[in-house]
Amino acid sequence: MEPSDVHELSLCRSLVRQATRVAAEHGAPRIRRVCVRIGPLSGVEAELMHQAFPLASRHTPAEGARLEMATSPVRVHCPRCRQEANASVNDLTCPRCGHWQTRLTGGDELLLVSVDLAAPHLHPIP
Amino acid sequence: MCQTCGCAIPDHLQHASNEHDVHTVEVLEGLKAHNDEAARHNREHFDRAGLLVVNLMSSPGAGKTRLLEATIEALGGRYRLAVIEGDLETENDARRIRAKGVPAVQITTGSACHLDATMVHRAAHALPLDALDILFIENVGNLVCPASFDLGQHVNVTLLSTPEGDDKPLKYPVMFRASDLVLITKTDLLPVLDDFDVDAVADHMRRLASAAPVMALSSKSGPLDAWIEWLEAGLTERRRLRFHPASSPGGHALLSRPSRLDHAASPDT
Repeated sequence: MEPSDVHELSLCRSLVRQATRVAAEHGAPRIRRVCVRIGPLSGVEAELMHQAFPLASRHTPAEGARLEMATSPVRVHCPRCRQEANASVNDLTCPRCGHWQTRLTGGDELLLVSVDLAAPHLHPIP
Repeated sequence: MCQTCGCAIPDHLQHASNEHDVHTVEVLEGLKAHNDEAARHNREHFDRAGLLVVNLMSSPGAGKTRLLEATIEALGGRYRLAVIEGDLETENDARRIRAKGVPAVQITTGSACHLDATMVHRAAHALPLDALDILFIENVGNLVCPASFDLGQHVNVTLLSTPEGDDKPLKYPVMFRASDLVLITKTDLLPVLDDFDVDAVADHMRRLASAAPVMALSSKSGPLDAWIEWLEAGLTERRRLRFHPASSPGGHALLSRPSRLDHAASPDT
C-alpha cells in the first residue's frame, strides 16, 4: 500500500500542523523531535506513521525531525469487579470474571505528547 | 510520569536538557483535533436542521449502495432523504441513488481511503439540510481508515456481508467498536455458505464490549423491517432532543455521539 492510500498520512499532516504551530508559538525555527503516544485501538499503525511522516513534514519546520512513538496498553474497567485490567485489542471482556460490559480506559489514545524545538537564539538556522 | 496519559515525559526532558540547543514543549493534544473540530461543526449544522445523519461503513462490495436503494424503496417516500457518496474515482454510486429520485452529492476522494469531516462539510452545504429527515453518508469501502474519522454523524452503521466471514469484528476491532449497529447483509447467500454463523457476529461484538445490536437482512429479498424500525427510532430520538434541548451548560453533550458508556451502564442482556 502506498503511503498516500492510508489515513496515517492525513494524521501525520495534522501532527505536523500541530507541531509547527507549537514551534511558531515559541519562535523556534526547527522541530528536532516529535513524541506521539498511540494505543493499539486508535486505528493507527506505527510503521505506517513512520513511512508517512517524512512525506508530511517535507518543506515544513518539522522536516528531518525524529518521530518517536510510544504505545499504551489496552486497559478495561470492569464494573462488576470494580477493577482495571489489561485486555487485548479483540477481547475487551474482563479477564477476571468474563463480564463483557467493560469500559475502555486506555488503548485508544492518539496524542501529540511533546515537541523538541531548536532554540533560535543559541543556534542559528542551519 | 505524566498524569494525563502515563507517558514518560521526564525522560524526554532529561534527554533534551543534555542538548543545549533543544528544548521540549509538552503538548498533550489529540492528533485528530482538527478533524474533531470540523465534525463538531457539522453536527451543529445537522442538529439545527433536526435530521438524522447515518454513516455507513463496510468493506468494498458489502452492499452499501444496494442497501440504500432498498432502504429508499422501503421508506416509500415517507421521509425526505439525501445521500453523500464517498467514492475513490467514480460517480456510479451517486447515479444509482439519483435514479431512485433521491438527491446525492458525490465526494470523489481520489487516492484518499476515507471521508473526513471537512469533505462532508463541503458536501453538506450542497444539500438543503432543513428540508431533510435522514442523511446517509456512504463512506469509502474500507474496514480500517474510516473508523478513525468522526464526520459529525449521529450513528455509525457497519455492514458485514456474509461472504466476508463472521469473524470480521475480531479482525477489525477499531471499526466494529465504533459501530452503533452491525448489519449483516446478503443473507440470501447463507444457504450456499457453510461457514457464516449470524449468532457468532453478536458474540464477537460482545467480546469487543459493544452493546450494538446486530441485524441480518438481504437488500435483495428482505425483510428490512428491523432496520427500518431502527432508523425511524433514531429519527424520533433526534427530534425529541431537538424539541427538548437541555438548558444546562452541559447541554452541548447532547450534540455528541451516543457514548458507549451509556450502553455499558445498561443492565445485562
